[in-house]
Amino acid sequence: MISFSVNRRHVNLEVDPSTPLLWVLRENLGLTGTKYGCGMAQCGACTVHLDGEAIRSCVVPVSRAAGKEVTTIEGLSPDLSHPLQRAWIAEDVPQCGYCQSGQLMSAALLLREKPRPSDEDIDQAMTGNICRCGTYPRIRKAIHRAASMLSTEGAK
Amino acid sequence: MSTLQMERREFLKFSVAASGGLLIGLYLPCASKSAAAEERSGSAFMPNAFLRIGTDERVTVIVNHSEMGQGVYTALPMLLAEELDADWNKVAYESAPVDPKYNHPVFGMQITGGSSSVWSGFEQYRNAGAAARAMLIAAAAQQWNADLATLRTESGVVLDGTNRKLTYGQLAEAAAKMTPPAKVTLKDPRAFRLIGTPAKRLDTPEKINGKAVFGIDVKNPGMLTAVLARAPVFGAKVKSFDDSHARNMPGVRKIVTVPSGVAVIADSFWQAKVARDAVRIDWDEGEMHAFSTTEMMQQFREQAKSPGTSVRRDGDPDAALAKAAQKIEAVYEVPYLSHLMMEPLNCAVDLRADSCEIWTGTQFQTVDRAAAAKAAGLPNEKVQIHTTFLGGGFGRRATPQSDFVVEAVHVAKAAGAQVKVVWTREDDMQGGWYRPAFLHAIVGGVDASGNPVSWRSRLVGQSIMAGTMFESMMMKGKQYDPASVEGVDDLPYEIPNLAVESHQAQVGVPVQWWRSVGHSHTGFATECFIDELAALGHKDPYQFRRALLTKHPRHLAVLDLAAQKAGWGKPLPKGRGRGIAVHFAFESYNAQVAEVSVSEGRVRVHRIVSAVDCGRYVNPGIIAAQLEGGAIFAASAALYQELTFENGRLQQTNFHTFPVMRMNECPEIETYIVESNEKSGGIGEPGVPCTAPAIANAVFAATGKRIRKLPIRMTEAV
Repeated sequence: MISFSVNRRHVNLEVDPSTPLLWVLRENLGLTGTKYGCGMAQCGACTVHLDGEAIRSCVVPVSRAAGKEVTTIEGLSPDLSHPLQRAWIAEDVPQCGYCQSGQLMSAALLLREKPRPSDEDIDQAMTGNICRCGTYPRIRKAIHRAASMLSTEGAK
Repeated sequence: MSTLQMERREFLKFSVAASGGLLIGLYLPCASKSAAAEERSGSAFMPNAFLRIGTDERVTVIVNHSEMGQGVYTALPMLLAEELDADWNKVAYESAPVDPKYNHPVFGMQITGGSSSVWSGFEQYRNAGAAARAMLIAAAAQQWNADLATLRTESGVVLDGTNRKLTYGQLAEAAAKMTPPAKVTLKDPRAFRLIGTPAKRLDTPEKINGKAVFGIDVKNPGMLTAVLARAPVFGAKVKSFDDSHARNMPGVRKIVTVPSGVAVIADSFWQAKVARDAVRIDWDEGEMHAFSTTEMMQQFREQAKSPGTSVRRDGDPDAALAKAAQKIEAVYEVPYLSHLMMEPLNCAVDLRADSCEIWTGTQFQTVDRAAAAKAAGLPNEKVQIHTTFLGGGFGRRATPQSDFVVEAVHVAKAAGAQVKVVWTREDDMQGGWYRPAFLHAIVGGVDASGNPVSWRSRLVGQSIMAGTMFESMMMKGKQYDPASVEGVDDLPYEIPNLAVESHQAQVGVPVQWWRSVGHSHTGFATECFIDELAALGHKDPYQFRRALLTKHPRHLAVLDLAAQKAGWGKPLPKGRGRGIAVHFAFESYNAQVAEVSVSEGRVRVHRIVSAVDCGRYVNPGIIAAQLEGGAIFAASAALYQELTFENGRLQQTNFHTFPVMRMNECPEIETYIVESNEKSGGIGEPGVPCTAPAIANAVFAATGKRIRKLPIRMTEAV
């Protein structure tokens, strides 16, 4: 039995502890917003937060989540209100959309650590997330847009 | 429209008539999801196959093309909403079931490909909206006992002369009782309010909160997951297998052979994958066991020394070459490429005694349904396909052989339960249906003034169409595949003596259309060679092209726009070079200027300026996105990607050996659209062909070295 919390809800699971967290989220918990892309931490489609740290859930065994807090795309906001989600809409970022959950989870961590990221910060934080459709220029713009929303709204 | 494009459209029309049983069979009516939806929504107004208006004001557009990132779930609803005068905020989309009424109006089957969704739907969707609008007005006229001519519509309401209003939702029930108009009048384009605007994509919200359902996300109660061990060498067959380690693993239900390999069926993906990796298989490797791409390219080089099948011949290229003041020969090579969609292939099947339901992200519903029906032993009308979101397509999900769908039906037969076949990344990359490798040898000459007098292209590569059900139609008695030579057979430059020849290579690697198909390699070779000819006569590559395109105003316009916006001729920082390219593909014209630098053998692309003329456009925001994405897709191939084989085995497995451009490598991209009233062209593919040659030509400008082989390796530059 492994216990942890996902998007602030407690879960207890009977599952092989070596199973990658990605597949537990997708198959045992039905949280299919987190995607499989490579299975070897190369593409970032499976990015989630584990105790506030961005991890590639395709290579992290579920046992590592025991007692911890997991946040997935479904937990980013209940209503598309996260500044990144609003910025993603404003910049029309997604094309096929498959990688975007991972992109958003990586970007969310970046903004938490660097509320006004430079282009270099964005390169560093986002280079592990592949987008085959080529939405990078819009992701960059959207992160800057979300950062300025945060600073404006924070100042209120 | 070029001759080739014309032929392609005609061929596809022809194909419906010519292919006999198969496609005719596909025309049988089936239980359509829309009919079910109609029942469900009760009082809703469903004037035609493309539209449903609910009493809740929701306007649902049923889209007959697959959404794989290119924006059809937005652009096609815009066309309908324009003529309907719908409130754009109330518009939703739904994917169409497989049904002849959703056939591509030109290709005659349900398919998403050829960068054709918008141009083919341009009137179809507008007509659907206009017809519904007429019925809503008629319903309002009846309710108010008013003269039709006094009524108008705007943003989801019908108004009369006194500004009395009835919403479309309020009119839905009454409108459903009206007779559809025999003929509709479409808006004058000058009256467009939505078409031509950068309306936000409708599918963004569900793609940023984890709700969008891709094929891999489909999960019905009781559905099992299968992972397969497929042939390590193309054409290999299972001789025997040992599953003694695998069969007792947790969650494993069945391990069975199917035509494509050994399927491990389990409760979950991970259980199936772990058990799949534990199955030991003895393969009969067949003819491809020693296949090597190094040897294949050597053979291609030999083949290119002899004349191929003539595709085009103007004047006398050989005589003109003999008299040329200067001549040059260049051999361009491009490798096999994977489509590498972010979402690996998958397909879910619920096979019953008298029905088969399929959930998958496909670009080719009509053909997949027929193939699935055949594999299931059911008539076509007993098979339904639910098209999910596609996590990228790029051509891979329109397989004439329906490989991933047929395989899943075979697995479902053995499973005895609903099953979803999921490919790992490695399975997907090794699964074939690649962009074919090509060798393109060009010899050309210029006169004493530096003007080109002769050009002879000789291409060696595999046909995409040969051996498929499209062979007889597409190749129509020709000894070459038009998809191999598109983009060079219609070379627009004014060169009096020009020949194009094709050698069709016979190789056992399955190949397929890959975003921009033949243009993906002919664009590279022709636009690099025209640069080489310009250099031969010491001419500026932009001005050299201009002088040869005087009869092609649309080529010229994009070329000029890209050059001007890029600041062609203006000084650059030390070490940087600019390269230019222009190309026509899929009814659209594109020109790009790339800026690069080269350091320690590595090419860095700093900036790409891309200008397009795609005729009358629907959504400039989506056009810009497709140009950005097309350039990045093509730059990945130009800089990093190749598939190679040794001993019959693919040498690449995943993103670390077949890299994709990442954020830190991505150039600044600027896009520009030429305003045009011409017929709409494509946009998904036309932004691809120019990128590789623009980069290669920029490398020459920066270093004096020519790139003739992709991916670019400075050690191989000449």
